[in-house]
Parts: sequence; C-alpha cells; structure tokens
Amino acid sequence: MATSVHSPKPEIRKRGEQTPFRRFVSDFIVSRLAVLGLFVLGLVVLIAIFAPLLAPQNPYDLAQLDILDGMLQPGTVGGGGYPYWLGTDEQGRDMLSAIFFGLRISLFVGLGSAILAFVIGATLGLTAAYFGGKVDAAIMRWVDLQLSFPAILVALLILSLLGRGVLNVMLALVIVEWAYYARTARAAALVERGREYIEAAQCLALPTSRIVYRHLLPNCLPPLIVIGTMQVASAIALEATLSFLGLGVPVTEPSLGLLISNGYQFMLSGNYWVSFYPGVALLVTIVAINLVGDQLRDVLNPRLKT
Amino acid sequence: MVSYLLRRLPQAALTMLVMSVVVFVGVFAIGNPVDILISPQATATERDNAIRALGLDLPIWQQYWSFLVNLFQGDVGRSFVFNVSALHLIMERLPATLELALASTLLGLVIGMPFGLYAGLAPNSRVSTSIMAGSILGFSLPSFWVGIVMIMLFSVHLGWLPSGGRGDTVYWLGARWSFLTTDGLAHMAMPVLNLALFQISMVIRLTRAGVREVILSDYVKFARAKGLTETRIILVHVLKNILIPVITVVGLNLGTVIAFAVVTETIFSWPGMGKLIIDSINVLDRPVIVAYLMLMVLMFVVINLLVDLAYMVLDPRVRLESR
Repeated sequence: MATSVHSPKPEIRKRGEQTPFRRFVSDFIVSRLAVLGLFVLGLVVLIAIFAPLLAPQNPYDLAQLDILDGMLQPGTVGGGGYPYWLGTDEQGRDMLSAIFFGLRISLFVGLGSAILAFVIGATLGLTAAYFGGKVDAAIMRWVDLQLSFPAILVALLILSLLGRGVLNVMLALVIVEWAYYARTARAAALVERGREYIEAAQCLALPTSRIVYRHLLPNCLPPLIVIGTMQVASAIALEATLSFLGLGVPVTEPSLGLLISNGYQFMLSGNYWVSFYPGVALLVTIVAINLVGDQLRDVLNPRLKT
Repeated sequence: MVSYLLRRLPQAALTMLVMSVVVFVGVFAIGNPVDILISPQATATERDNAIRALGLDLPIWQQYWSFLVNLFQGDVGRSFVFNVSALHLIMERLPATLELALASTLLGLVIGMPFGLYAGLAPNSRVSTSIMAGSILGFSLPSFWVGIVMIMLFSVHLGWLPSGGRGDTVYWLGARWSFLTTDGLAHMAMPVLNLALFQISMVIRLTRAGVREVILSDYVKFARAKGLTETRIILVHVLKNILIPVITVVGLNLGTVIAFAVVTETIFSWPGMGKLIIDSINVLDRPVIVAYLMLMVLMFVVINLLVDLAYMVLDPRVRLESR
C-alpha cells in the first residue's frame, strides 16, 4: 500500500548522505500505523522496565493490599487514598499495578525465549546450509518433523511432562520456535552461500566459524529479524494461552495470561475488569509488535522493491 | 506408489517410537510414579510390594518395554481419577471434540470463502482492506481472550447464549451429539465461532491469494472474451479452481484444530478430550496424559503421511524424485 508511494526515487542520491540505516528509517516511517506500533511498543517496554516505579502499589507485597478494597469497580478511590483506575481483584490488588508487573513477566518470557530460539535456530540453520549433505538432511528432517506438529501440542507435551514454571515455559517456547528460525536461516543462507564474497572468504582460508558468523550471518539477518519480531508476538500469545490453561507461569509470578485466567472466574458474576483489562494490555502489546513486524517485512524484503 | 508408501511407513513408525520414548521418559522417569500411585500412609513393606506389583523395581529399559507392549495393545493403564481405561475415557470424549472441530471447519469455509472471494476480486477497495486487516487480527489475537470477551458480551451482558457445557444431546451413531437439538446448537455457537476464528482468517487469505492468481489466467480471460456473465465466470471458472487447494489445506488443518480445541474447550467448559487433558494434567492423572499425547502423535503422523501421499498423487515432481 503505502510503500508503493515510496518506490525508489529516480534522482541520483549523493554518496554519503544516505546510510543504510537512514534509508531503513525513511522506509520504515512511511507507514504511520507501523510508527504508531513502534511508539506503543516502546511505551509498553518502558512500562515493563520501570513497573516498580510507575505502579501505584506493589501488587505482590501483601502489606500494601487491603482486603476491604476487594473487587472495586474501575475508578474507585480505595483505602490507600489513590484511585484504582482499572479496579481491584478479590484481594484488593490494584489491577493497573498488576498489569504493569504482569507485562514484565510476559515480555521477559516472550523476548527471552525468542532470543534463545534465534541463537539456536540461526546457528543450526546456517550450519545446515553451509555444510549441506548429511548435516543438512539431518537438521532439516528434524525441523520438518517438528513443524508438522502444532505449536500448542508441542508446548502441551513439554509442560505436561515438566510442570509449570517460568523456565519450563521458556524452554517449551524455545523448543517450539527454534525450527522457524532454522528454516528461515537456511533458506537465506543457501542463497548467500553461492555469492562471490563467500567464495572470496573461502579463498582467503578464513576459519569456517568466521565465515559463517562474520560473513554469512550478517547477510542472512534481515529475514531472521522479521521472523524474530513475529515470533516474539506469538511467543507472548502462546505463553498467555498456556498460563491461561494453568500450564504456564506459576501463581507467584503472574503474567498477563495468568491475570486473565484469575479474573475469568469472576467474570460470570459481572466483575469483568479483573479479566478484561489484562487482556487489553496483552492485545495492545501483540498488535503493536505485529504492526512493527509487518512493516519490517515490507522494508527488509528485497522482493517487494523494484 | 506402493514403494513410496513402504518407505514412508517405517519413518512414521520411527516417529511414533521416538515420541513414545519422549513421553515415557517424561511421564515415568522424571516424576516418581511411586509417590503418586502409592498412598503416603503405606508402610515400608506395603510400598515394596506395590513397587514390585507395578514393575517399578525393574531396570528402566524393561519398564519401557512393558510400556511399549501395553501401548501396542491399546492399554495405557487406568485413569487414577475415574478408575476406567484411559483410552476408553478419551474415546468417550472424542465425539464432543470432533463435533466442535468439524463444525468450526465448516464455519471457516462458509464465512471465509465469500470474504476471501470479495477481497480477491476487488483487492484495492476499502472493504477488502478491512477484511484483510480483520484476518490479521484473527491470526494474532489470542483466541482464549476472544472467547472470554464473547462470554462477557453474549452470556453475561446480553444473556443470549449459555456460557458453557454441551446442552441437550441426542444419541445417534453410537455417540451423543449437540448439533441435533436447538439447545445444543445454542451451546455450540460460541465455542464453534471461537475455534473457527483462525480458520476463517486462513480461508480468507487462501481464497484471496487463489482468486488473484486464477483471475489472471488465460482461461478466465478467454471466458471474459467469450462474453460470459461475470457471475458465471466467478462461480464456474474461478471458484471451482480455487476450491480444491482451499479445501485440501483446511482439511489437513483439522488436526491442528483438534489440538487447539484444548483452549476453546477449557474456556467454554466443553466436555471434550481437550478439557479432559487439562483436567488430567492438573490432577496428574498420568495414564490419561499418556493416552492423549500418544493418540495426538498418532493422529499427526497419519495426517502427515496423508499429506505426503496427497502431494505425490497431485504433484508429479515428488513422484519422480522419489524414484
């Protein structure tokens, strides 16, 4: 859509004025929606990082909770003298604070597992592409096998065996996701492997690890970054789903999914806010990441540029 | 074809074997079954007797062997909670899940195809842009939250639809079904729509991509040149040609839908096997967990085998490669 407006300009650019990064930024800001997504995402990340400073109360310090303030409507002023903008749960916990703290756990699990899966997947994918032959066949056979099972089933399998816990969830997410990175990295590396600069590096007798990490990897990054962005969003969503099912994070470290799950039991009696607002926070986060990822794909995909 | 099948079957069997090791190690080796199977009040002698009776004193590979033999006989043990065969328990819940999965697949096609057709025929219209944006939402929204909002809106706020359960069922073909009674249909409406969201989005995208490809083909141009009406071109020339790939993909996706029914069944208290597995995990009913996991793995191995066979029949390149 908007990218067509920004098809390469016919005029010749002066050398030095356009760095790749500047070109990337100017391509990215073409979509207002993506910029909005990036802005919201930045806000969400800042809230998650500074949650203890921003939250009106520490939702997990029992001394700060007042049971008399339980199940208050959004906007009610409680015993602490400050308004509960998003209401309270049955223990008198301020939902706004709970959401801020929940965001931390959701983002930590989502980002952490995505980064780990990126490292493992990209390494195996590059290895498969660079060495080819039996190594390639073995790795890709495993990737194909794993991708033929839906993510939720693989996660269910792992978590029903290991039990709930932040590290277990992250392990499950990494096991679910590495295959996507491996496949993408391999596809990109297969194209790059035939290029002249790899041949040149091989002629210089550089060590294999140097060729793979310093020459091959940087040139395979764009599609991996796009997949990575999307995978962070799906990791956050999957973690929330698993936590909702009671298989994810433990009750002592409630993510957004667990907050939604906790509030679910009160919803049928009309106390919608305990479940609804954490859901909105989850939704905003996921949509913002996807908007950014969508635009990244348009900008970084050379096929869409003429 | 037969030789290809003969080569793929051992691979499928190997997958099953690997998964059985994973499940066995996970369920029987990581957790200590003695703690769960034997009452904590038991004396030391009683414990020893029970361990011997359960075969837990044997070396691990012998335990695995007897697990495997029982698995082949369809015996994965009795549920600790219900004290009936775990496999039987799951089979009893299977119709409810199948009903949900099939109905939502059908709904996905019925809703997704017209929207996708429109978006493919008029790709630049404002309506099409909203349809495609909606389909992105359908992909990225966590379905459990959508389900909660649906309950909030239609059950709590408006009071139109029941929030959970199967409603009245009718006995037919050896199982109980909800879709044959009006009460059952009312109970089905929300879970089915919730489970169908992903499929609607998928069908929209598939149909749109298919339409945009087919519309440029020579036979559609020729049909236009012949002066056929646009309705006839769309219904006969376009729709007929995109129907096969769309239905193939949707059909093969059925396994994923059954796996994902876990979430929908939990939200809407739908008594299918997805809800059973979550309940079983929560009370550590290991035989049921094992039975469910092995059954799902078997289902996906069979589906993948069918996919490979379908590709071989449809795509001559695969056939030639396998020679």
